[in-house]
Amino acid sequence: MKATHFDVERIRADFPILNLQVSGKPLVYLDNAASSQMPQAVIDTITRYQTQEHANIHRAVHYLSELATKKFEAARVKVQHFLNAKESREIIFTRGTTEAINLVMHGYGRAFINKGDEIIISALEHHSNIVPWQMLAQEKGAVLRVIPMNDAGELLIDEYEALFNAKTKFVALMHVSNALGTINPVKSMVAFAHKHSVPVLLDGAQAAPHQAIDVQDLNCDFYAFSGHKLCGPTGIGVLYGKAKMLEKMQPYQGGGDMILSVTFEKTTYNVIPYKFEAGTPPIMAAIALGAAIDYLTSIGLANIAAYEKELLDYATQHILTIAGVRILGTAKKKAAVLSFEIKGVHPHDVGTILNDQGIAIRTGHHCAQPVMQRFNVPATARASFAFYNTKQEIDKLIAGIKTVQEMFA
Amino acid sequence: MSDMRQLYQEVILDHNRKPRNFGSLLAANRHAEGHNPLCGDHIRLTVNVLDDKIDTIAFEGDGCAICKASASMMTGAVKGKSVLNAETLVTEFRGMVTGTLDAEQQENQLGKLKVFVGVKDLPSRVKCAILPWHTLHAALNAESEVSTENAGDPFADDPVENKHA
Repeated sequence: MKATHFDVERIRADFPILNLQVSGKPLVYLDNAASSQMPQAVIDTITRYQTQEHANIHRAVHYLSELATKKFEAARVKVQHFLNAKESREIIFTRGTTEAINLVMHGYGRAFINKGDEIIISALEHHSNIVPWQMLAQEKGAVLRVIPMNDAGELLIDEYEALFNAKTKFVALMHVSNALGTINPVKSMVAFAHKHSVPVLLDGAQAAPHQAIDVQDLNCDFYAFSGHKLCGPTGIGVLYGKAKMLEKMQPYQGGGDMILSVTFEKTTYNVIPYKFEAGTPPIMAAIALGAAIDYLTSIGLANIAAYEKELLDYATQHILTIAGVRILGTAKKKAAVLSFEIKGVHPHDVGTILNDQGIAIRTGHHCAQPVMQRFNVPATARASFAFYNTKQEIDKLIAGIKTVQEMFA
Repeated sequence: MSDMRQLYQEVILDHNRKPRNFGSLLAANRHAEGHNPLCGDHIRLTVNVLDDKIDTIAFEGDGCAICKASASMMTGAVKGKSVLNAETLVTEFRGMVTGTLDAEQQENQLGKLKVFVGVKDLPSRVKCAILPWHTLHAALNAESEVSTENAGDPFADDPVENKHA
Protein backbone atom coordinates (compact mmCIF):
# COMPACT_ATOMS: atom_id res chain seq x y z
CA MET A 1 0.00 0.00 0.00
CA LYS A 2 2.72 2.47 -0.89
CA ALA A 3 0.43 4.93 -2.63
CA THR A 4 -1.64 5.52 0.47
CA HIS A 5 -1.30 5.71 4.23
CA PHE A 6 -4.36 3.51 4.52
CA ASP A 7 -3.46 0.88 7.14
CA VAL A 8 -5.53 -2.01 5.91
CA GLU A 9 -3.95 -4.58 8.25
CA ARG A 10 -5.02 -2.56 11.27
CA ILE A 11 -8.51 -2.32 9.84
CA ARG A 12 -8.66 -6.06 9.12
CA ALA A 13 -7.90 -6.74 12.78
CA ASP A 14 -11.25 -5.08 13.57
CA PHE A 15 -13.17 -7.76 11.65
CA PRO A 16 -13.15 -11.14 13.43
CA ILE A 17 -14.78 -12.97 10.50
CA LEU A 18 -11.79 -12.20 8.27
CA ASN A 19 -9.81 -14.78 10.28
CA LEU A 20 -12.11 -17.51 9.04
CA GLN A 21 -10.89 -20.47 6.98
CA VAL A 22 -13.11 -21.63 4.11
CA SER A 23 -12.37 -24.84 2.24
CA GLY A 24 -9.21 -24.97 4.37
CA LYS A 25 -8.00 -21.62 3.02
CA PRO A 26 -8.12 -18.11 4.48
CA LEU A 27 -11.41 -16.45 3.59
CA VAL A 28 -11.16 -13.93 0.75
CA TYR A 29 -14.44 -12.08 1.06
CA LEU A 30 -15.27 -10.28 -2.17
CA ASP A 31 -19.06 -10.20 -1.92
CA ASN A 32 -19.39 -6.87 -0.19
CA ALA A 33 -21.99 -5.50 -2.56
CA ALA A 34 -24.31 -8.24 -1.32
CA SER A 35 -23.50 -7.71 2.34
CA SER A 36 -20.51 -6.38 4.20
CA GLN A 37 -18.89 -7.77 7.33
CA MET A 38 -19.17 -6.38 10.83
CA PRO A 39 -16.35 -4.87 12.89
CA GLN A 40 -15.88 -5.77 16.56
CA ALA A 41 -17.08 -2.32 17.63
CA VAL A 42 -20.51 -3.02 16.15
CA ILE A 43 -20.60 -6.55 17.56
CA ASP A 44 -19.73 -5.09 20.99
CA THR A 45 -22.51 -2.52 20.66
CA ILE A 46 -24.98 -5.31 19.96
CA THR A 47 -23.74 -7.37 22.91
CA ARG A 48 -23.87 -4.37 25.22
CA TYR A 49 -27.34 -3.46 24.07
CA GLN A 50 -28.69 -6.97 24.55
CA THR A 51 -26.98 -7.50 27.88
CA GLN A 52 -27.44 -4.07 29.47
CA GLU A 53 -29.74 -1.74 27.57
CA HIS A 54 -32.69 -3.48 25.99
CA ALA A 55 -36.32 -2.51 26.45
CA ASN A 56 -39.07 -1.24 24.19
CA ILE A 57 -38.81 2.40 23.24
CA HIS A 58 -41.08 5.46 23.24
CA ARG A 59 -43.31 3.85 25.86
CA ALA A 60 -42.50 3.17 29.45
CA VAL A 61 -40.95 5.49 32.00
CA HIS A 62 -38.57 2.96 33.47
CA TYR A 63 -34.78 3.14 33.27
CA LEU A 64 -34.20 0.65 30.44
CA SER A 65 -36.94 2.02 28.23
CA GLU A 66 -35.56 5.52 28.58
CA LEU A 67 -32.04 4.32 27.92
CA ALA A 68 -33.04 2.34 24.83
CA THR A 69 -35.09 5.28 23.56
CA LYS A 70 -32.17 7.63 24.04
CA LYS A 71 -29.80 5.28 22.19
CA PHE A 72 -32.30 4.68 19.39
CA GLU A 73 -32.88 8.38 18.84
CA ALA A 74 -29.13 9.03 19.06
CA ALA A 75 -28.71 6.55 16.20
CA ARG A 76 -31.19 8.58 14.18
CA VAL A 77 -29.09 11.68 14.73
CA LYS A 78 -25.97 9.76 13.66
CA VAL A 79 -27.71 8.84 10.41
CA GLN A 80 -28.78 12.45 10.00
CA HIS A 81 -25.18 13.63 10.22
CA PHE A 82 -23.96 10.76 8.06
CA LEU A 83 -26.25 11.90 5.24
CA ASN A 84 -25.99 15.57 6.16
CA ALA A 85 -29.75 15.79 6.42
CA LYS A 86 -31.15 19.05 7.72
CA GLU A 87 -33.19 17.50 10.52
CA SER A 88 -33.28 14.16 12.32
CA ARG A 89 -37.04 13.87 11.76
CA GLU A 90 -36.20 13.39 8.08
CA ILE A 91 -34.65 10.01 8.95
CA ILE A 92 -37.00 7.02 8.98
CA PHE A 93 -35.80 3.62 10.07
CA THR A 94 -36.94 0.79 7.82
CA ARG A 95 -36.00 -2.85 7.39
CA GLY A 96 -33.74 -2.01 4.48
CA THR A 97 -33.53 -0.22 1.16
CA THR A 98 -36.31 -2.34 -0.30
CA GLU A 99 -38.74 -1.38 2.43
CA ALA A 100 -37.69 2.27 2.15
CA ILE A 101 -38.53 2.27 -1.57
CA ASN A 102 -41.82 0.50 -0.92
CA LEU A 103 -42.62 3.08 1.74
CA VAL A 104 -42.21 5.88 -0.81
CA MET A 105 -44.19 3.95 -3.40
CA HIS A 106 -47.09 3.52 -0.95
CA GLY A 107 -46.85 6.82 0.91
CA TYR A 108 -46.08 9.12 -1.97
CA GLY A 109 -46.75 7.15 -5.14
CA ARG A 110 -50.23 5.94 -4.30
CA ALA A 111 -51.24 9.41 -3.15
CA PHE A 112 -49.80 11.48 -5.97
CA ILE A 113 -49.37 9.28 -9.04
CA ASN A 114 -52.45 8.69 -11.15
CA LYS A 115 -53.66 7.13 -14.36
CA GLY A 116 -51.51 8.05 -17.34
CA ASP A 117 -48.74 9.56 -15.18
CA GLU A 118 -45.18 8.54 -15.90
CA ILE A 119 -42.49 7.24 -13.57
CA ILE A 120 -38.88 7.27 -14.74
CA ILE A 121 -36.49 4.55 -13.66
CA SER A 122 -33.21 3.44 -15.24
CA ALA A 123 -31.96 0.40 -17.11
CA LEU A 124 -29.49 -0.18 -14.28
CA GLU A 125 -32.02 -0.62 -11.50
CA HIS A 126 -32.03 -3.40 -8.96
CA HIS A 127 -35.32 -5.29 -8.84
CA SER A 128 -36.13 -3.46 -5.62
CA ASN A 129 -36.34 -0.19 -7.55
CA ILE A 130 -38.27 -1.69 -10.47
CA VAL A 131 -40.91 -3.96 -9.01
CA PRO A 132 -42.53 -1.51 -6.54
CA TRP A 133 -42.97 1.06 -9.33
CA GLN A 134 -44.28 -1.60 -11.67
CA MET A 135 -46.84 -2.58 -9.02
CA LEU A 136 -47.87 1.05 -8.66
CA ALA A 137 -48.06 1.50 -12.43
CA GLN A 138 -50.29 -1.54 -12.67
CA GLU A 139 -52.52 -0.41 -9.86
CA LYS A 140 -52.89 3.15 -11.12
CA GLY A 141 -52.61 2.71 -14.83
CA ALA A 142 -49.41 4.75 -14.76
CA VAL A 143 -46.51 4.20 -17.17
CA LEU A 144 -42.93 3.18 -16.41
CA ARG A 145 -40.30 4.90 -18.57
CA VAL A 146 -36.75 3.54 -18.60
CA ILE A 147 -33.53 5.52 -19.09
CA PRO A 148 -31.37 3.43 -21.45
CA MET A 149 -27.63 2.89 -21.05
CA ASN A 150 -24.65 2.49 -23.34
CA ASP A 151 -22.36 -0.54 -23.64
CA ALA A 152 -20.16 0.75 -20.83
CA GLY A 153 -23.12 0.70 -18.45
CA GLU A 154 -23.53 4.48 -18.35
CA LEU A 155 -26.98 6.04 -18.47
CA LEU A 156 -27.74 8.09 -21.57
CA ILE A 157 -28.41 11.48 -20.07
CA ASP A 158 -29.82 13.01 -23.26
CA GLU A 159 -32.36 10.21 -23.40
CA TYR A 160 -33.14 10.75 -19.73
CA GLU A 161 -33.87 14.40 -20.30
CA ALA A 162 -35.95 13.58 -23.38
CA LEU A 163 -38.23 11.36 -21.27
CA PHE A 164 -39.64 14.33 -19.36
CA ASN A 165 -43.04 15.67 -20.23
CA ALA A 166 -46.10 17.04 -18.43
CA LYS A 167 -47.07 13.55 -17.31
CA THR A 168 -43.74 12.79 -15.60
CA LYS A 169 -44.45 12.56 -11.89
CA PHE A 170 -41.55 10.71 -10.30
CA VAL A 171 -37.96 9.61 -10.82
CA ALA A 172 -36.57 6.54 -8.99
CA LEU A 173 -32.90 6.13 -9.64
CA MET A 174 -30.01 4.10 -8.39
CA HIS A 175 -26.99 6.08 -7.16
CA VAL A 176 -24.44 3.30 -7.76
CA SER A 177 -25.12 0.13 -9.76
CA ASN A 178 -24.80 -3.12 -7.82
CA ALA A 179 -24.36 -5.16 -10.99
CA LEU A 180 -21.88 -3.00 -12.91
CA GLY A 181 -20.52 -0.47 -10.43
CA THR A 182 -21.56 2.57 -12.46
CA ILE A 183 -21.76 5.77 -10.42
CA ASN A 184 -24.62 7.76 -11.89
CA PRO A 185 -24.40 11.57 -12.13
CA VAL A 186 -27.32 11.82 -9.76
CA LYS A 187 -26.80 15.41 -8.66
CA SER A 188 -27.32 16.83 -12.13
CA MET A 189 -30.09 14.33 -12.82
CA VAL A 190 -31.94 15.48 -9.69
CA ALA A 191 -31.48 19.10 -10.73
CA PHE A 192 -32.95 18.36 -14.16
CA ALA A 193 -35.98 16.57 -12.67
CA HIS A 194 -36.55 19.49 -10.31
CA LYS A 195 -36.65 21.87 -13.26
CA HIS A 196 -39.74 19.91 -14.22
CA SER A 197 -40.95 19.90 -10.60
CA VAL A 198 -40.52 16.13 -10.44
CA PRO A 199 -39.33 14.60 -7.16
CA VAL A 200 -36.47 12.07 -7.14
CA LEU A 201 -35.77 9.03 -5.00
CA LEU A 202 -32.19 7.77 -4.94
CA ASP A 203 -31.42 4.15 -4.13
CA GLY A 204 -28.16 4.53 -2.25
CA ALA A 205 -27.70 0.92 -1.18
CA GLN A 206 -24.38 0.64 -3.03
CA ALA A 207 -23.31 4.25 -2.59
CA ALA A 208 -23.68 4.99 1.12
CA PRO A 209 -21.07 2.43 2.25
CA HIS A 210 -18.41 3.67 -0.17
CA GLN A 211 -18.53 7.46 -0.45
CA ALA A 212 -19.64 10.46 1.58
CA ILE A 213 -23.31 11.25 0.98
CA ASP A 214 -24.71 14.74 1.31
CA VAL A 215 -28.44 14.71 0.68
CA GLN A 216 -28.67 18.49 0.85
CA ASP A 217 -26.01 18.85 -1.80
CA LEU A 218 -27.61 16.15 -3.97
CA ASN A 219 -30.93 17.85 -3.24
CA CYS A 220 -32.77 14.56 -3.74
CA ASP A 221 -36.23 14.23 -2.23
CA PHE A 222 -35.63 10.71 -0.93
CA TYR A 223 -32.51 8.66 -0.27
CA ALA A 224 -32.54 5.00 0.79
CA PHE A 225 -29.82 2.68 2.04
CA SER A 226 -29.33 -0.54 4.01
CA GLY A 227 -27.45 -1.17 7.23
CA HIS A 228 -26.00 -4.56 6.36
CA LYS A 229 -24.05 -3.24 3.39
CA LEU A 230 -22.53 -0.64 5.67
CA CYS A 231 -20.94 -2.89 8.30
CA GLY A 232 -24.16 -2.93 10.28
CA PRO A 233 -26.68 -5.71 10.86
CA THR A 234 -29.44 -6.94 8.56
CA GLY A 235 -32.99 -5.86 9.22
CA ILE A 236 -32.25 -2.14 9.36
CA GLY A 237 -32.29 0.47 6.65
CA VAL A 238 -32.94 4.14 6.26
CA LEU A 239 -35.23 6.31 4.29
CA TYR A 240 -34.26 9.95 4.20
CA GLY A 241 -37.04 12.20 2.97
CA LYS A 242 -37.32 15.96 2.84
CA ALA A 243 -39.61 16.96 5.70
CA LYS A 244 -42.04 18.73 3.39
CA MET A 245 -42.37 15.55 1.30
CA LEU A 246 -42.77 13.24 4.29
CA GLU A 247 -45.36 15.50 5.84
CA LYS A 248 -47.70 15.31 2.88
CA MET A 249 -47.35 11.53 2.54
CA GLN A 250 -49.74 8.85 3.72
CA PRO A 251 -48.53 6.40 6.38
CA TYR A 252 -47.13 3.16 5.03
CA GLN A 253 -48.24 0.79 7.76
CA GLY A 254 -50.67 1.27 10.60
CA GLY A 255 -50.02 0.25 14.18
CA GLY A 256 -48.48 1.32 17.43
CA ASP A 257 -46.04 4.22 17.68
CA MET A 258 -47.30 5.86 14.47
CA ILE A 259 -50.35 7.36 16.16
CA LEU A 260 -51.18 10.29 18.42
CA SER A 261 -54.65 9.09 19.31
CA VAL A 262 -56.87 6.23 18.31
CA THR A 263 -60.60 5.74 18.69
CA PHE A 264 -62.71 3.33 16.72
CA GLU A 265 -63.91 6.24 14.65
CA LYS A 266 -60.67 8.02 13.89
CA THR A 267 -56.91 7.87 14.27
CA THR A 268 -54.66 10.89 14.40
CA TYR A 269 -51.26 10.05 13.02
CA ASN A 270 -48.06 10.86 14.79
CA VAL A 271 -45.61 13.42 13.42
CA ILE A 272 -42.71 12.45 11.16
CA PRO A 273 -40.66 10.32 11.38
CA TYR A 274 -42.86 8.27 13.76
CA LYS A 275 -45.80 8.37 11.34
CA PHE A 276 -43.78 5.94 9.23
CA GLU A 277 -42.47 3.70 11.99
CA ALA A 278 -45.41 1.53 12.96
CA GLY A 279 -44.82 -1.12 15.58
CA THR A 280 -41.70 -1.80 17.61
CA PRO A 281 -38.77 -0.94 15.34
CA PRO A 282 -35.54 -2.95 15.09
CA ILE A 283 -34.07 -1.09 18.08
CA MET A 284 -30.89 -3.12 18.43
CA ALA A 285 -30.23 -2.98 14.69
CA ALA A 286 -30.73 0.80 14.57
CA ILE A 287 -28.32 1.33 17.46
CA ALA A 288 -25.83 -1.03 15.81
CA LEU A 289 -26.17 0.90 12.56
CA GLY A 290 -25.27 4.01 14.53
CA ALA A 291 -22.14 2.23 15.74
CA ALA A 292 -21.30 1.17 12.19
CA ILE A 293 -21.61 4.78 11.07
CA ASP A 294 -19.30 5.84 13.90
CA TYR A 295 -16.82 3.22 12.77
CA LEU A 296 -16.90 4.22 9.09
CA THR A 297 -16.74 7.89 9.98
CA SER A 298 -13.67 7.28 12.14
CA ILE A 299 -11.90 5.83 9.10
CA GLY A 300 -13.33 8.52 6.87
CA LEU A 301 -15.55 7.96 3.85
CA ALA A 302 -13.15 9.88 1.63
CA ASN A 303 -10.29 7.57 2.69
CA ILE A 304 -12.48 4.55 2.10
CA ALA A 305 -13.46 5.77 -1.37
CA ALA A 306 -9.85 6.49 -2.33
CA TYR A 307 -8.59 3.13 -1.10
CA GLU A 308 -11.39 1.19 -2.77
CA LYS A 309 -10.69 3.02 -6.01
CA GLU A 310 -7.11 1.84 -5.73
CA LEU A 311 -8.33 -1.74 -5.25
CA LEU A 312 -10.69 -1.46 -8.22
CA ASP A 313 -7.98 -0.08 -10.50
CA TYR A 314 -5.57 -2.80 -9.41
CA ALA A 315 -8.12 -5.56 -9.98
CA THR A 316 -9.27 -4.14 -13.31
CA GLN A 317 -5.70 -3.84 -14.56
CA HIS A 318 -4.83 -7.40 -13.63
CA ILE A 319 -8.03 -9.01 -14.80
CA LEU A 320 -7.64 -7.36 -18.20
CA THR A 321 -4.32 -9.12 -18.68
CA ILE A 322 -6.07 -12.52 -18.68
CA ALA A 323 -7.16 -13.59 -22.16
CA GLY A 324 -10.77 -14.71 -22.39
CA VAL A 325 -12.04 -12.58 -19.53
CA ARG A 326 -14.45 -9.75 -20.19
CA ILE A 327 -15.43 -7.04 -17.73
CA LEU A 328 -19.06 -5.95 -17.80
CA GLY A 329 -19.48 -2.37 -16.77
CA THR A 330 -16.72 -0.09 -17.89
CA ALA A 331 -18.17 3.26 -16.89
CA LYS A 332 -15.71 6.09 -16.42
CA LYS A 333 -16.98 6.63 -12.90
CA LYS A 334 -17.21 3.33 -11.10
CA ALA A 335 -17.48 2.00 -7.58
CA ALA A 336 -15.44 -1.03 -6.48
CA VAL A 337 -17.63 -3.59 -8.25
CA LEU A 338 -16.15 -5.87 -10.87
CA SER A 339 -18.60 -7.92 -12.91
CA PHE A 340 -16.85 -10.30 -15.27
CA GLU A 341 -17.33 -13.21 -17.55
CA ILE A 342 -14.86 -15.98 -18.34
CA LYS A 343 -15.30 -17.16 -21.89
CA GLY A 344 -16.80 -20.64 -22.05
CA VAL A 345 -17.38 -20.94 -18.31
CA HIS A 346 -20.70 -20.28 -16.63
CA PRO A 347 -20.46 -17.90 -13.64
CA HIS A 348 -21.79 -20.57 -11.29
CA ASP A 349 -18.93 -22.87 -12.10
CA VAL A 350 -16.57 -19.94 -11.54
CA GLY A 351 -18.17 -19.32 -8.14
CA THR A 352 -17.94 -22.95 -7.04
CA ILE A 353 -14.30 -23.32 -8.05
CA LEU A 354 -13.31 -20.01 -6.43
CA ASN A 355 -15.16 -21.03 -3.27
CA ASP A 356 -12.94 -24.08 -3.13
CA GLN A 357 -10.06 -21.63 -2.79
CA GLY A 358 -11.75 -19.71 -0.01
CA ILE A 359 -12.82 -16.89 -2.32
CA ALA A 360 -16.38 -15.60 -1.94
CA ILE A 361 -17.81 -13.82 -4.95
CA ARG A 362 -21.37 -13.41 -6.12
CA THR A 363 -22.59 -15.20 -9.21
CA GLY A 364 -25.97 -14.75 -10.81
CA HIS A 365 -28.10 -11.92 -12.08
CA HIS A 366 -27.54 -9.71 -9.02
CA CYS A 367 -31.27 -8.97 -8.79
CA ALA A 368 -30.86 -6.94 -11.95
CA GLN A 369 -32.19 -9.18 -14.70
CA PRO A 370 -32.80 -6.27 -17.11
CA VAL A 371 -29.09 -5.43 -16.84
CA MET A 372 -28.22 -9.03 -17.74
CA GLN A 373 -30.64 -8.89 -20.67
CA ARG A 374 -29.05 -5.63 -21.86
CA PHE A 375 -25.65 -7.34 -21.98
CA ASN A 376 -27.15 -10.56 -23.28
CA VAL A 377 -25.75 -12.75 -20.50
CA PRO A 378 -27.73 -15.01 -18.15
CA ALA A 379 -25.51 -14.11 -15.23
CA THR A 380 -22.12 -12.69 -14.32
CA ALA A 381 -19.46 -13.34 -11.73
CA ARG A 382 -19.02 -10.31 -9.49
CA ALA A 383 -16.23 -9.40 -7.15
CA SER A 384 -17.07 -6.39 -4.99
CA PHE A 385 -14.51 -4.85 -2.72
CA ALA A 386 -14.59 -3.19 0.67
CA PHE A 387 -11.98 -1.13 2.49
CA TYR A 388 -10.82 -4.24 4.40
CA ASN A 389 -9.82 -6.08 1.24
CA THR A 390 -6.21 -6.16 0.08
CA LYS A 391 -4.25 -6.34 -3.14
CA GLN A 392 -3.01 -9.76 -2.02
CA GLU A 393 -6.61 -10.92 -1.99
CA ILE A 394 -7.07 -9.61 -5.50
CA ASP A 395 -3.96 -11.57 -6.51
CA LYS A 396 -5.71 -14.68 -5.16
CA LEU A 397 -8.79 -13.85 -7.21
CA ILE A 398 -6.68 -13.50 -10.34
CA ALA A 399 -4.92 -16.80 -9.63
CA GLY A 400 -8.32 -18.38 -9.01
CA ILE A 401 -9.64 -17.18 -12.36
CA LYS A 402 -6.62 -18.76 -14.04
CA THR A 403 -7.30 -22.05 -12.24
CA VAL A 404 -10.87 -21.98 -13.53
CA GLN A 405 -9.60 -21.46 -17.05
CA GLU A 406 -7.12 -24.32 -16.71
CA MET A 407 -9.87 -26.67 -15.53
CA PHE A 408 -12.14 -25.75 -18.40
CA ALA A 409 -9.41 -25.58 -21.04
CA MET B 1 -8.32 -28.99 -5.96
CA SER B 2 -9.12 -32.64 -5.38
CA ASP B 3 -12.74 -31.94 -4.43
CA MET B 4 -13.17 -29.77 -7.47
CA ARG B 5 -11.58 -32.35 -9.73
CA GLN B 6 -13.96 -34.88 -8.26
CA LEU B 7 -16.87 -32.67 -9.25
CA TYR B 8 -15.55 -31.31 -12.52
CA GLN B 9 -14.41 -34.65 -13.91
CA GLU B 10 -13.29 -34.86 -17.48
CA VAL B 11 -16.52 -36.56 -18.51
CA ILE B 12 -18.56 -33.64 -17.14
CA LEU B 13 -16.30 -31.07 -18.77
CA ASP B 14 -16.51 -32.97 -22.03
CA HIS B 15 -20.31 -33.06 -22.03
CA ASN B 16 -20.29 -29.34 -21.18
CA ARG B 17 -18.04 -28.59 -24.16
CA LYS B 18 -19.77 -30.96 -26.56
CA PRO B 19 -23.29 -31.56 -25.33
CA ARG B 20 -24.96 -34.61 -26.90
CA ASN B 21 -28.49 -34.50 -28.30
CA PHE B 22 -28.28 -30.72 -28.29
CA GLY B 23 -31.01 -28.95 -30.20
CA SER B 24 -34.72 -29.24 -30.68
CA LEU B 25 -36.76 -32.09 -32.17
CA LEU B 26 -39.15 -31.13 -34.92
CA ALA B 27 -41.34 -34.16 -34.28
CA ALA B 28 -41.82 -34.20 -30.54
CA ASN B 29 -44.93 -35.17 -28.64
CA ARG B 30 -43.61 -34.08 -25.25
CA HIS B 31 -41.82 -30.92 -24.30
CA ALA B 32 -41.08 -28.90 -21.20
CA GLU B 33 -39.02 -25.96 -20.06
CA GLY B 34 -37.08 -25.81 -16.84
CA HIS B 35 -35.79 -22.68 -15.15
CA ASN B 36 -33.48 -22.06 -12.29
CA PRO B 37 -34.26 -18.39 -11.71
CA LEU B 38 -31.52 -17.91 -9.14
CA CYS B 39 -28.71 -18.60 -11.57
CA GLY B 40 -30.44 -18.27 -14.91
CA ASP B 41 -30.14 -21.93 -15.92
CA HIS B 42 -32.69 -22.65 -18.59
CA ILE B 43 -33.37 -25.99 -20.25
CA ARG B 44 -35.82 -26.79 -23.01
CA LEU B 45 -36.51 -30.46 -23.62
CA THR B 46 -38.23 -32.02 -26.60
CA VAL B 47 -39.08 -35.70 -26.39
CA ASN B 48 -40.73 -38.09 -28.76
CA VAL B 49 -42.42 -40.99 -26.99
CA LEU B 50 -43.42 -43.98 -29.14
CA ASP B 51 -45.15 -47.03 -27.66
CA ASP B 52 -44.33 -45.84 -24.16
CA LYS B 53 -40.66 -45.61 -25.04
CA ILE B 54 -38.44 -42.53 -25.36
CA ASP B 55 -37.65 -42.74 -29.04
CA THR B 56 -35.74 -39.49 -29.38
CA ILE B 57 -34.89 -36.66 -27.00
CA ALA B 58 -33.06 -33.35 -27.35
CA PHE B 59 -32.30 -30.38 -25.13
CA GLU B 60 -31.23 -26.83 -25.60
CA GLY B 61 -30.65 -23.89 -23.31
CA ASP B 62 -28.16 -22.03 -21.18
CA GLY B 63 -26.66 -23.31 -18.04
CA CYS B 64 -23.57 -24.00 -16.01
CA ALA B 65 -21.35 -26.99 -16.73
CA ILE B 66 -23.10 -29.12 -14.12
CA CYS B 67 -26.51 -28.40 -15.60
CA LYS B 68 -25.46 -28.84 -19.22
CA ALA B 69 -23.50 -32.03 -18.60
CA SER B 70 -26.36 -33.40 -16.56
CA ALA B 71 -28.81 -32.67 -19.39
CA SER B 72 -26.47 -34.10 -22.00
CA MET B 73 -25.81 -37.32 -20.10
CA MET B 74 -29.47 -37.61 -19.19
CA THR B 75 -30.56 -37.56 -22.83
CA GLY B 76 -28.05 -40.30 -23.58
CA ALA B 77 -29.17 -42.37 -20.62
CA VAL B 78 -32.92 -42.27 -21.22
CA LYS B 79 -32.97 -42.55 -24.99
CA GLY B 80 -34.50 -45.90 -25.92
CA LYS B 81 -35.74 -46.52 -22.38
CA SER B 82 -39.35 -46.99 -21.40
CA VAL B 83 -41.05 -44.04 -19.73
CA LEU B 84 -41.21 -46.10 -16.55
CA ASN B 85 -37.46 -46.80 -16.62
CA ALA B 86 -36.75 -43.16 -17.32
CA GLU B 87 -38.83 -42.14 -14.32
CA THR B 88 -36.89 -44.61 -12.19
CA LEU B 89 -33.67 -42.92 -13.30
CA VAL B 90 -35.16 -39.52 -12.45
CA THR B 91 -35.92 -40.74 -8.94
CA GLU B 92 -32.51 -42.36 -8.51
CA PHE B 93 -30.58 -39.39 -9.87
CA ARG B 94 -32.51 -37.11 -7.61
CA GLY B 95 -31.84 -39.42 -4.66
CA MET B 96 -28.12 -39.48 -5.42
CA VAL B 97 -27.61 -35.70 -5.63
CA THR B 98 -29.82 -34.95 -2.64
CA GLY B 99 -28.09 -37.62 -0.59
CA THR B 100 -31.06 -39.92 0.03
CA LEU B 101 -29.62 -42.64 -2.19
CA ASP B 102 -26.14 -44.02 -1.60
CA ALA B 103 -25.27 -44.67 -5.22
CA GLU B 104 -22.26 -46.82 -4.29
CA GLN B 105 -24.01 -49.05 -1.75
CA GLN B 106 -27.63 -49.24 -2.83
CA GLU B 107 -28.78 -50.89 -6.03
CA ASN B 108 -29.51 -48.50 -8.87
CA GLN B 109 -29.40 -48.08 -12.63
CA LEU B 110 -27.37 -44.86 -12.63
CA GLY B 111 -24.19 -46.27 -14.17
CA LYS B 112 -22.12 -43.44 -15.69
CA LEU B 113 -24.42 -40.86 -14.13
CA LYS B 114 -22.65 -41.55 -10.84
CA VAL B 115 -20.05 -38.91 -11.83
CA PHE B 116 -22.54 -36.42 -10.38
CA VAL B 117 -22.35 -37.87 -6.90
CA GLY B 118 -20.06 -35.03 -5.72
CA VAL B 119 -22.87 -32.53 -6.24
CA LYS B 120 -24.54 -33.68 -3.04
CA ASP B 121 -21.83 -31.91 -1.04
CA LEU B 122 -22.60 -28.59 -2.73
CA PRO B 123 -26.14 -27.62 -1.73
CA SER B 124 -26.16 -24.56 -3.96
CA ARG B 125 -25.40 -26.69 -7.01
CA VAL B 126 -27.87 -29.52 -6.47
CA LYS B 127 -30.49 -27.51 -8.36
CA CYS B 128 -28.19 -27.20 -11.36
CA ALA B 129 -27.71 -30.96 -11.65
CA ILE B 130 -31.33 -31.79 -11.01
CA LEU B 131 -32.97 -29.24 -13.32
CA PRO B 132 -32.82 -31.37 -16.52
CA TRP B 133 -34.29 -34.32 -14.63
CA HIS B 134 -37.15 -32.29 -13.20
CA THR B 135 -37.76 -30.99 -16.69
CA LEU B 136 -37.84 -34.53 -18.07
CA HIS B 137 -40.26 -35.56 -15.35
CA ALA B 138 -42.47 -32.59 -16.29
CA ALA B 139 -42.32 -33.44 -19.99
CA LEU B 140 -43.24 -37.07 -19.39
CA ASN B 141 -46.14 -35.94 -17.21
CA ALA B 142 -47.44 -33.49 -19.78
CA GLU B 143 -46.38 -30.39 -17.92
CA SER B 144 -44.94 -27.55 -19.86
CA GLU B 145 -42.83 -25.73 -17.28
CA VAL B 146 -40.94 -26.37 -14.11
CA SER B 147 -38.95 -24.06 -11.95
CA THR B 148 -36.53 -24.85 -9.19
CA GLU B 149 -38.07 -21.92 -7.32
CA ASN B 150 -41.45 -23.58 -7.10
CA ALA B 151 -42.80 -24.13 -3.64
CA GLY B 152 -40.01 -26.60 -3.16
CA ASP B 153 -40.22 -30.12 -4.35
CA PRO B 154 -41.79 -30.96 -7.70
CA PHE B 155 -42.16 -34.52 -6.50
CA ALA B 156 -43.84 -33.78 -3.24
CA ASP B 157 -47.28 -33.15 -4.71
CA ASP B 158 -49.18 -33.99 -7.77
CA PRO B 159 -47.13 -32.61 -10.69
CA VAL B 160 -50.02 -30.46 -11.85
CA GLU B 161 -49.72 -28.49 -8.64
CA ASN B 162 -46.27 -27.34 -9.67
CA LYS B 163 -47.16 -25.45 -12.76
CA HIS B 164 -45.22 -22.24 -12.85
CA ALA B 165 -47.20 -19.44 -14.41
